[in-house]
Amino acid sequence: MKSCFYALKVMIMKQELITDAELVKLYISGEEAALSKLIYRHKQRIYSFIYSKVFDKDIAEDIFQDTFIKVIKTLKRGKYNEEGKFLPWVMRISHNLIIDYFRKNGRMPKFDNSGDFNIFSVLSDSSLNAEKRLIKTQVENDVRRLIEELPKDQREVLVMRIYKDMSFKEISERTGVSINTALGRMRYALINLRKVIEANNIILTN
Amino acid sequence: MAKLYPECSPEEDILEPKQETIDFLLSYSKALRVVKCKSLTFDTLLN
Repeated sequence: MKSCFYALKVMIMKQELITDAELVKLYISGEEAALSKLIYRHKQRIYSFIYSKVFDKDIAEDIFQDTFIKVIKTLKRGKYNEEGKFLPWVMRISHNLIIDYFRKNGRMPKFDNSGDFNIFSVLSDSSLNAEKRLIKTQVENDVRRLIEELPKDQREVLVMRIYKDMSFKEISERTGVSINTALGRMRYALINLRKVIEANNIILTN
Repeated sequence: MAKLYPECSPEEDILEPKQETIDFLLSYSKALRVVKCKSLTFDTLLN
């Protein structure tokens, strides 16, 4: 009986009737073939997205691999919330890894603003001259000092979000509060930063 | 004037990861075990 049920499951998977959400559920319950199905279903979309940003097949291969290692770990740890958005979630992971890659290498990515890669998420700009580099360093130091003036809970959320590129879900888990609370703290952090900047007539330009 | 067509149409460069990468991921998944102990989570790779 069990083997018939298993055979039926495999048959359904093969016939593409099964949704991503169902495959994820099967995978979490221990069905390794479900992961294979998910990878084969989406590999081209994800790989071509990565390649369109890095323009190097070996690097795209590495990022693709790292993306799915994160996917596998999150699913196996039971930390995935199914909201019918498996592919966007995986794309977001690959997007963040692409940003990490460019930050580490200190290079600007080739970008298309109409796509889903935000160039302003990468801070380094190797074309800055000496004067602009100095100003940029000063601005970053000023911002850091201003952040230190914030209340601890707001500062914590802001640093995690901006400097560590953590999601609000990760921030809420780390700080032990709800996502809404973390969002609220971030909002107040930005409001308070603006107030301090205006009150002290600080000019932050580059 | 004769129309000029290439003898064979250029194949589209289909961008896909290598089979070795996919095989590695599937093997990694099979080998990975997550163990939860109180508030701690441990990842272990079985041989």
